[in-house]
Amino acid sequence: MRVEIDALKCQGHARCYALAPELFDVDDEGNAFVVGDGDVPVEFEAKARLAAVNCPEYAVMIHEGPTATPGSGK
Amino acid sequence: MTSIYGPVTDWATDFDHAEPEYNENLHAIWADLRQRCPVAHTDRYDSTWLPVSHADVSAIANDTEHFTSRGVVVSNLRPPESAPIGGAPPITSDPPFHHEARRILLPAFSPKKIDPWADEIRALCRGLLAEMGDADIVDAGRQYAQHIPVNVIARMLGFPLEDADLFREFVHAVIEGVNVSAEERGNGELGLDQYIDMQIADHLGREDADDLTSFLMNAEIFGQKLSHPHVRGTIILLLIAGIDTTWSAIGSALWHLAQHPEDRRRLRDEPELMPFAIEEFLRVYAPVTMARLVAKDTEIGGCPVKTDEWVLLPFPAANLDPAVFDRAGEVLIDRQENRHLAFGLGIHRCIGSNLARLELRIAVEEFLHHFPEFELDGTRPVTWSIGQIRGPRDLPIKVLPRT
Repeated sequence: MRVEIDALKCQGHARCYALAPELFDVDDEGNAFVVGDGDVPVEFEAKARLAAVNCPEYAVMIHEGPTATPGSGK
Repeated sequence: MTSIYGPVTDWATDFDHAEPEYNENLHAIWADLRQRCPVAHTDRYDSTWLPVSHADVSAIANDTEHFTSRGVVVSNLRPPESAPIGGAPPITSDPPFHHEARRILLPAFSPKKIDPWADEIRALCRGLLAEMGDADIVDAGRQYAQHIPVNVIARMLGFPLEDADLFREFVHAVIEGVNVSAEERGNGELGLDQYIDMQIADHLGREDADDLTSFLMNAEIFGQKLSHPHVRGTIILLLIAGIDTTWSAIGSALWHLAQHPEDRRRLRDEPELMPFAIEEFLRVYAPVTMARLVAKDTEIGGCPVKTDEWVLLPFPAANLDPAVFDRAGEVLIDRQENRHLAFGLGIHRCIGSNLARLELRIAVEEFLHHFPEFELDGTRPVTWSIGQIRGPRDLPIKVLPRT
């Protein structure tokens, strides 16, 4: 799984940072960005989904894909 | 204050959000409108619209071309054409000026600047609870909720804490004093301007003070110091927007918990649910309805609207839309998926959202810790605020023995 923030949509609600600080951080203005390269360790996949379904702006994007361990969390 | 409009005859065609009946019954009023008239209208305030669907509210919040933020509190006084700045930047500003005015403020309200206030907020809550002691009957609104945001914003602005009562009077005039003549409304605004000017004058010569007033007096936009009206307007915004909004959110959460022993028990046994419960309280009891003026003739949900008509943006109604939220009318304190709009949407997202969430969570945690068991005191009524910010004002609570 990979996560991405759509910077054009993000308005700094900071829900992703509150719910999954391992995956998301906020800059000086409070806008979100992805920590590291966006690859999500298997143990944080549930948190990534939680962050996505709590973003009022639909700015947290989840890409289910090759980096996820086969059979995990799907 | 002299109300100039009488009782409402029909909520679809003659609604008045400033009639006491509205905030007392708004969940029922919105449910009725959702069925028979999802874009309500009134001739009051010289023509005002009230869309209640999530789709319409979101579309308007994101449409800065057809809707201007020049006026965000519906009243009989339409703010003069002072765009792009508006009376209280950046909430009253439109793009592109809005972007710059907001950028100045964002860093002061980012999560990393706000989180360090937690200890001070907790100490404030504990102090208020200690004053209530082991009373049998307390007023969770008058003795608790209303004091928390006032004290925090006064400290942030560097204003005298003993002026807290005065701040609440200003807020009352701006938010609740809308059903009055334009002249009466204008006079109320003048008093607030004079008070803020006095505070700014008091900060002259000590611009190095570590507070938001000094910060704004030193801030620059487009390479120049902010104009005096800009500094004053932003201070008015911070003072007004932070007070009865958070006060209402805290009060509503406690009003809910007073009536739901099962939720109190779960929060005590499963404290990890608290962040989800707080978001659910914000969804269902979202205190803030914003407003816009129509900037260019357009449509809302198929209804044609004309330039200079008011539009209310009831974020709490959007949060109860069954088309978007599963079991929308129920309070599920463990709700996992919650894209609620309590803090708005788009470029005007509430800049104080991180602070409001922090105050709300700590206030609820500390109240539950001090008073584990409580219920509404049935002998005195709960009263509700008037107008666009909705929450309990008198909130009499009977303290029960610990179980």
